[in-house]
Amino acid sequence: MRRPNSALYAVLAVLVVATIASWWLGDDHGLGTGDVAIVAVLAVTFAKVWLVGMHFMELRHARPVVKGLFNAYVVAVPTALFALHLAA
Amino acid sequence: MSAVERPVEPAAAVRPAEPEPAADARRTPGEGGIWVFILADMTVFALMFGALVLLQADDPARYELGQDHLHVGVGVANTIVLLGSSLAVALAVRHARAGALVPARRLFSVAFGCALLFWALKLYEYTSLGGDGVSARENEFFLYYFSFTGVHLLHVTLGLAGLAGVVRLTRRPALSDHERSLVETGASYWHMVDLLWIVLFALLYLYG
Repeated sequence: MRRPNSALYAVLAVLVVATIASWWLGDDHGLGTGDVAIVAVLAVTFAKVWLVGMHFMELRHARPVVKGLFNAYVVAVPTALFALHLAA
Repeated sequence: MSAVERPVEPAAAVRPAEPEPAADARRTPGEGGIWVFILADMTVFALMFGALVLLQADDPARYELGQDHLHVGVGVANTIVLLGSSLAVALAVRHARAGALVPARRLFSVAFGCALLFWALKLYEYTSLGGDGVSARENEFFLYYFSFTGVHLLHVTLGLAGLAGVVRLTRRPALSDHERSLVETGASYWHMVDLLWIVLFALLYLYG
């Protein structure tokens, strides 16, 4: 039977692996520089933010307005950051 | 034996962790006001993230030169330390809700220790950069680096005070509904400290 807290441990494992993988990829092992690298860093970073919000902050069970505002942040901020990068 | 007569599984009665809430039992952890603060604070930090993106776009080579001075290993370690503290806090909240205050206190104490470790690693990095002759007056990259990580470290410090308060609360024999809500409020704040660092780490150490 699945332990009730196993999902939290799995989320931590994903977050740690994503942190180390983005470090390795960013360290001249694959992503290099340019728009693709920037999109990759932003996507992985805000996916991690979403995981923390939904699982550690328990927002997946929160009132729709709070959950909706958090989800909007996780989509709008990296989108705006990439738009700023392109416009600058 | 019918389903009605089936005895309750003993392990379920003592299981410390709270079961997943049903889909129709939606509730937001903590005091309502904390979510106004968290979302507002995240918005302020989004402006800092924007400033870093503009700085990098303005002069990618200078930005990369600044990044080369940073200790990315320390940044990764600090990220993992905060992620571990967030897990400890999330588990502690579940124990506290189930009334298992001894393991909750232990886990909150682990998170407190992680926060101290984050502080120590940040201090090491600041000292090391100072030893290399780097300061906030060096250039815009380091002005932003010291300002933004300094503001975040202030959040960590407030989080330390909050975690200490939560550890004290869990010394009581039982928690009232209001006290349980205060525990959730402190936990939610701490998770925000974690997620803000996730973005700052990526933009300062990896981005570009």
